[in-house]
Amino acid sequence: MSEKITYREAVRKGIREAMENDKRVFLMGEDVGHYGGSYAVSMGFLELFGSERIIDTPLSESAFTGAGIGAALGGMRPIVEIMTVNFSLLALDQIMNNAATLLHMSGGQFNVPLVIRMATGGGKQLAAQHSHSLEGLYAHIPGLKVLIPATVQDAYDMVALALADPDPVLIFENVMLYNIKGELDTEALPLVIGKAKTERTGKDLTILTYGISLFKALEAAEILSSEGIDAEVIDLRSLRPLDDETIMNSVAKTHRVMIVDEGWKSGSISAEIMARINEQAFFELDAPMGRVCTVEVPIPYASHLEQAALPSTEKIVTMGRKLMEKS
Amino acid sequence: MELDLAREFYRKMLLIRRFEEKCVELYSKEKIRGFLHLYIGEEAIAVGIMDALSPEDAVFTTYRDHGQALARGIQPNRILAEMYGKVEGCSRGRGGSMHLFDAHTHFYGGNAIVAGGLPLAVGMALADKMMKRNRVTVCIFGDGAVAEGEFHESLNLAALWHLPVLFVCENNGYAMGTALEFTESETNISLKAAAYRISSRQVDGMDVVAVAEAAQEAVSEIRAGNGPVFIECLTYRFRAHSMFDAERYREKSEVEEWKKKDPLLLLHQRFPNIDIDKYETEIVQIIDEAVDFAENGTLESIDDLEKFVYSCEVIP
Repeated sequence: MSEKITYREAVRKGIREAMENDKRVFLMGEDVGHYGGSYAVSMGFLELFGSERIIDTPLSESAFTGAGIGAALGGMRPIVEIMTVNFSLLALDQIMNNAATLLHMSGGQFNVPLVIRMATGGGKQLAAQHSHSLEGLYAHIPGLKVLIPATVQDAYDMVALALADPDPVLIFENVMLYNIKGELDTEALPLVIGKAKTERTGKDLTILTYGISLFKALEAAEILSSEGIDAEVIDLRSLRPLDDETIMNSVAKTHRVMIVDEGWKSGSISAEIMARINEQAFFELDAPMGRVCTVEVPIPYASHLEQAALPSTEKIVTMGRKLMEKS
Repeated sequence: MELDLAREFYRKMLLIRRFEEKCVELYSKEKIRGFLHLYIGEEAIAVGIMDALSPEDAVFTTYRDHGQALARGIQPNRILAEMYGKVEGCSRGRGGSMHLFDAHTHFYGGNAIVAGGLPLAVGMALADKMMKRNRVTVCIFGDGAVAEGEFHESLNLAALWHLPVLFVCENNGYAMGTALEFTESETNISLKAAAYRISSRQVDGMDVVAVAEAAQEAVSEIRAGNGPVFIECLTYRFRAHSMFDAERYREKSEVEEWKKKDPLLLLHQRFPNIDIDKYETEIVQIIDEAVDFAENGTLESIDDLEKFVYSCEVIP
């Protein structure tokens, strides 16, 4: 069955169905209950599921994330909501030192089936402590899986995919996407964790991206198309694991690569992808690879400065033209 | 207390003492590497606390975890093999001295981030409450943990949600080399727990009988559904913080003073009928066997290096 709903509604539907289907699933975080979720994802859930399963927490990111890990060890399937990606740094100790390591440190005895959702990304003039894109930082850590739903379909599917996984999964929801509408097919077979999706096929240039940048890349691809440049646009969907196979197959087809990443360039996931292409498909390249990333500043408040810092359709088009000039 | 139980306590404390003395010897011979944090002097706490637990209860502890692991019943063979980095170790050689784990006894480690285990214990207790399991989760940590935010966050959550957690603070007076008086404005730690409306008490951590009684009482309170309990055990570490500690921060006379309260000595004074020699002989055998087991253990194949990062294979 197909319907057109918002990204917020898709996440919400994913969580609601998971909670209806599995008594072990519960939602915990700041303002998820009485307030209804800082981005209104869990509005009405408290009335629907009760305070035992929709748990308002104090502002104790480290303790409630750690409690999510403990509850996962104890057989539950917690969904921990962290209000904003920057706040997740207060819980980084628990995520990195416990969630990501317990299976390994215990010699395979204790896995952590925990899902952590967090709002991410710039564009709302929330300045330098609410706007960053740290998914690449988390993708550095062995033991975690890092998912980024761009589409309404993935926003819905990834909740169940993450909950079905035996290990900790982080889901990054871009704040600019919550109100965007898209098609949801609830009977479609979900694409597994670690598979990228080709959203537009093309023969001249591969654009690798994820999250909100997918839509900027698709718009740019249309503009480039009108100039005779046929770009392939791939939604990475998962930053850990990365789908090397889909990436390398596309590189072998187009021989030109652009990566669009809302993270900063230095030490980013875009740098990692470039390194992998260098290692695995260097001789397929006809030109140096290009990147469109966020300018290396803490995100500023003023709208024009913020917009200038973030990747844009225009920057992608310009980079696309530049890559085609080189041969 | 009955003589039989006193004997059992003595035997367990002696096992920890002699096991760790052997560890020091093996460390000097470079059989054990990494950090090695000794529990010598604090044995009464692990033995007294574990005595109050049932097999289903969960335990979270710190990097100074040999005593708790032995008292909980993890085989000395598997603990020593772990320190040797052998696959027969209780964490398959992936954890070492600081990260002893054992699913059979619900022993959730050996956490080497100070206060890092407290949120986990809270979560385990939350799961128990949600699943209506009548279990207790014990969370053991040192006085250093009290300065961490996670201590306060976790105590608040446990009290707020009435969770079945027994918090046990092993207050040995020093966070590594810094005395409590230099780090805490209030050095009575049990008062901090009380401020979170947690039923809280201080006990003599050198007296295994006192610890065991406090633990029994606490576990009964928790099982009755009265929420978390906090026990501050006043204790002392006879040895250095780890093998790399010159102990410049304390006077030798202070150590000697505390040694008069050695938990083994105290228990024997109270129960002179305990046949110490019998246990010494028995424990020498257990430890010799553990050394043999660890020496003859297997080093895991490097082909398996990337195992246990994920539960199932992922696309590389």
